[in-house]
Amino acid sequence: MTGVETSEAVEAEQKTSLRVVVNGTAYERVVPVRRLLSDFLRHDLGLTGTHVGCEHGVCGCCTVLVDGRATRSCLTLACQVDGLSLTTIEGVKSADGGLHPVQQALSDCHGLQCGYCTPGFVISILEVLNSPDELDLSEEGVREMISGNLCRCTGYQGIVDAVRQAAVAMGRDGDAGKGAPA
Amino acid sequence: MKPSRFEYFAPESLAEAVALRDAHPGAAVLAGGQSLLPIMNFRLGRPEQVIDLRKASELAFVRVQNDVVEVGAMTRQRDLERDEGAARANPLIAESLRLVAHAVIRNRGTVGGSIAHADPAAELPALLSCLDGSVEVAGVRGRRRISAGELFVFHLTTSLEPNEVITSVSFPALEPSWGWSFLEVTRRHGDFALAGVCAALKLDGDRCVGQVRLAACGIGTTPVRLSTAEEALLSRPLTEKALREAGRAAAGYVTAGDETQASTAYRRQLVEALVRRSLLRAAARLERRTS
Ligand SMILES: Cc1cc2nc3c(=O)[nH]c(=O)nc-3n(C[C@H](O)[C@H](O)[C@H](O)COP(=O)(O)OP(=O)(O)OC[C@H]3O[C@@H](n4cnc5c(N)ncnc54)[C@H](O)[C@@H]3O)c2cc1C
Ligand code: FES
Ligand code: FES
Repeated sequence: MTGVETSEAVEAEQKTSLRVVVNGTAYERVVPVRRLLSDFLRHDLGLTGTHVGCEHGVCGCCTVLVDGRATRSCLTLACQVDGLSLTTIEGVKSADGGLHPVQQALSDCHGLQCGYCTPGFVISILEVLNSPDELDLSEEGVREMISGNLCRCTGYQGIVDAVRQAAVAMGRDGDAGKGAPA
Repeated sequence: MKPSRFEYFAPESLAEAVALRDAHPGAAVLAGGQSLLPIMNFRLGRPEQVIDLRKASELAFVRVQNDVVEVGAMTRQRDLERDEGAARANPLIAESLRLVAHAVIRNRGTVGGSIAHADPAAELPALLSCLDGSVEVAGVRGRRRISAGELFVFHLTTSLEPNEVITSVSFPALEPSWGWSFLEVTRRHGDFALAGVCAALKLDGDRCVGQVRLAACGIGTTPVRLSTAEEALLSRPLTEKALREAGRAAAGYVTAGDETQASTAYRRQLVEALVRRSLLRAAARLERRTS
């Protein structure tokens, strides 16, 4: 070895047994403790709708719901969600099994092109529209709401329109135009 | 990229966490992971052990008592932002938190993690400095309190001993007689600030500045208390002249070098403008709070 630090300081790969409920289905798996939640979902559970872009929290396309809260799966170890309940894009649908209002709105408003970023947008928007927090549906407010997700195709306008359409469909448009409290 | 191998511990109590920390000097404490995991994913850090505090539920609380908002280190940033008691006791806390990253990051990021990470561009360390807050830390030899002024040493460096853990962060309350403001300039919403200024202000009967606290983020190797700008304002009304002098004094604290994001000269201009805007906003709110 020529002074290059190896990562073999820890010789054996430690594994742990993990129980989670994802989209209503219970899973139990044994995984290395360093497994990222994003990789756990994609590789261990085969749920490849959760995308991976940057792996440092910036792009947002790996976002999933952990106990109802939008979470970067690339900045979460799988073992950190042991015992918790998750929703990924595969679990998002309307009551009748069709597209959820957020998905329908993105489709109607041309809020996607290649679709790589879309699962992350759907999850992030879903959390906000389902939260008890006051909504700011002004143009600026919606842009702030989606600022944690990057899209390289659409230029965002279609996504902004989709958030507003989805808010109406989900009965959250009563808050429309209200600014953030001063 | 993925983290390199490590040994993982999830202690169920603070005492257990502290013992593990003492036994493993090469370990990293994992709180929300929103700063640590990017570092590990890119292998900029390769801790041999990771001590995850998620099961130490005694570290997640918000307590408002004796004019202090005490926040457990593992309290998620988003939970503090939504806490009504904290908002009543000190509205500047939620205002600062709304500038931290994005809501999704704040869902997991913790208050203790942000303070321990000590990024000079981060908002919570600047808030703690502005308010003269403090942290409580625990080690194998017991607990001690460190004031904000003594905590932040350098870029990503605090005065914590390697075997200590932050247990809570204390933000002094702001009575209704105080006005407040946190403003910053970022390239994109949710980015770390190029510069930010946190202000709290109290006017006396003649509308002169009775007490004032100013701190900045993004301008040096630590959060910076803008003491000479504070002194320049004392016992004076917020006239153009006073604002200009305070802004200039504040600009003198910028030590960040020229970078692709911003030059030193630009950051000086930002701080000057932000001090002015923050003071005026704090004063306007004071008017509304007291009228
Ligand atoms: C895309 C993105 C944008 C961001 N933008 C901002 C921003 O604009 N402003 C901002 O302030 N932050 C920002 N952050 C950082 C975010 O606020 C982090 O949550 C925070 O810096 C660290 O908190 P954490 O709980 O995630 O800590 P972790 O990542 O778990 O830990 C961070 C460091 O602190 C140590 N540590 C954690 N808890 C303790 C403890 N109790 N005692 C001792 N040491 C401890 C860890 O060992 C580690 O070294 C951003 C992060 C991302 C991913
Ligand atoms: S892959 Fe997680 S935020 Fe980009
Ligand atoms: S649709 Fe292609 S990145 Fe958003």
